[in-house]
Amino acid sequence: MPDPSATVVPPVTDLPADERRLRRPEVRPSTSTEPQGRPTAGAVLGVERLSFYYGSFRAIRDITMDVEGHQITAVIGPSGCGKSTFIRCLNRMNELTPGTHVEGRIHYHGQDLYGPDVDPIEVRRRIGMVFQKPNPFPKSIYDNVAFGPRVNGMKPASMDDLVEESLQKAALWDEVKDKLKKSGLSLSGGQQQRLCIARCIAVRPEVILMDEPCSALDPLATNRIEELMIELKRDYTIVIVTHNMQQAARVSDRTAFFTAEVTKDGQERTGVLVELDRTERIFTTPADRRTEDYITGRFG
Amino acid sequence: MAIPLQAPDLGVTRRRSRPGERVVVGLLLLCAVVSILVTVGIVAVLASEAARFFAEVPIFEFLTGTRWAPLGGRIEAGDFGVLPLLNGSLMIAAGALLVGVPLGLATAIYLSEYARPRVRGVVKPVLEVLAGIPTVVVGFFALNFITPTLLRPVFGEDRVFIFNAAAGAIAVGLMILPIIASISEDAMRSVPHALREAAFGMGATKRVVSLRVVVPAALSGIAASVILGVSRAVGETMAVTIAAGNTPNLTTNFFESIQTLTAYIAQTVGGEAAAGSVRYQSLFAVGATLFVITLAMNLLSIRLVRRFRQAYQ
Repeated sequence: MPDPSATVVPPVTDLPADERRLRRPEVRPSTSTEPQGRPTAGAVLGVERLSFYYGSFRAIRDITMDVEGHQITAVIGPSGCGKSTFIRCLNRMNELTPGTHVEGRIHYHGQDLYGPDVDPIEVRRRIGMVFQKPNPFPKSIYDNVAFGPRVNGMKPASMDDLVEESLQKAALWDEVKDKLKKSGLSLSGGQQQRLCIARCIAVRPEVILMDEPCSALDPLATNRIEELMIELKRDYTIVIVTHNMQQAARVSDRTAFFTAEVTKDGQERTGVLVELDRTERIFTTPADRRTEDYITGRFG
Repeated sequence: MAIPLQAPDLGVTRRRSRPGERVVVGLLLLCAVVSILVTVGIVAVLASEAARFFAEVPIFEFLTGTRWAPLGGRIEAGDFGVLPLLNGSLMIAAGALLVGVPLGLATAIYLSEYARPRVRGVVKPVLEVLAGIPTVVVGFFALNFITPTLLRPVFGEDRVFIFNAAAGAIAVGLMILPIIASISEDAMRSVPHALREAAFGMGATKRVVSLRVVVPAALSGIAASVILGVSRAVGETMAVTIAAGNTPNLTTNFFESIQTLTAYIAQTVGGEAAAGSVRYQSLFAVGATLFVITLAMNLLSIRLVRRFRQAYQ
């Protein structure tokens, strides 16, 4: 049982706003490669027998896996295997859909994300998300990045610096520094997606969830996002859902293979985790026959 | 390429002419043309009669005069200053916006972002009923309820006239509320779900998502609804004639009796003005003024709606 009096770790919510900011994971544009103020290894997220229901339909069943800090964890699998449903459980985005519920547990630094005292708003601040289709706000590039810090009541010493730093980290600064006042929608698809990443980074999350972030992009833009992800794992923990096996092989440290189990009557498909391992293991010597069939293209 | 002299045999009969088709198309076209002709006719009558009026009364005097006294025994120079009427219409419109915009927007935000389907299923039809109440009933309600049981007890019997601009403005505000609520709600609902998710994904609360993502993204649709509301308020006749009175009055006091452009037309058209007289022609001048205002408003709102549609396609 989680301690009901505790909040999400680190327990900063009862500190004054100023203190809270100081305690937030530091992300300075420093030359140091050492991430500051947060654990460098170990599981950030621990998923324990997680099931997710839309009404009475069980979309995923009994998922148990860890997400390691400062790694890229890829989730792959055929369509309808619950990859997206799963990743959206990790920051409680799923519960915005009415009529859904979760069973099982997700530990975030040992704390139950779905515990009674945990504020989903706070969860999503620490575990950010980048979506399949680039979705910048119809605001200026600057305001897109500044949105999160503003609405979360962050008062950085200089918003300009925070915006620049976030755009730098998202490898977009050089392309947009002269047109920060222009609409975010005026950018190309790949730039828009990097803007969304910058916007996500600006609230200084610890984990970034990416739900097929490149599926709407061309190969060149995809390549840039992949390079960026590898760059970002120094400071963040990344979970990416992808239908592109090559992408998983290229960028991820560990890969989870999901598949859909069809019920006996053939009516319902429920996503299950087949295996999770180091990426090269998954793609060379997977433990499970179903994984091998999928990655070699023999999937039925 | 050589053109074959004979149609290749496709195993079908020769193309036939179908006279029925043409008749139907012709009838449809005729119906479409009728509405154009009516519009052109109205504009032509307004323009020609107004032109005659402006031959008698200089247009500058009409537009800048501060006295509107067309019903006196003898017409004198300076009797046809439209500003008191314009002022009356603007007071009604401004007051109506003060009532209709906050209520309408709040309703739209609630329906679009917060209401569960069952609640929506009740509130939306009720709004439509409100929109369907005859304006004469709303005016009567204003005169017999809003003024005596709301305004006069609160602001004082001797300060609030029986006929007063405030009651008319509140009545018209209630009438434009459903317009603003339903058009704004449409605009908000067509904001892509992805934008809401983006904001939720960085820890935004429902309130932030509604007010700082959805409302700004729907702003041009909201603005269009407000402008349509203004144009409705300026054009509204019955409720303001009943509740706000018939006193041309260049005032800013909402508790006094006023007269709007529309109320003047409704009052004068009733038979006192002999055809061809200046008083008769003044109806058309006032009508033309009204027409220009509402036309401008409608064009503006069409442009805004169009811009809004482009944003997400």
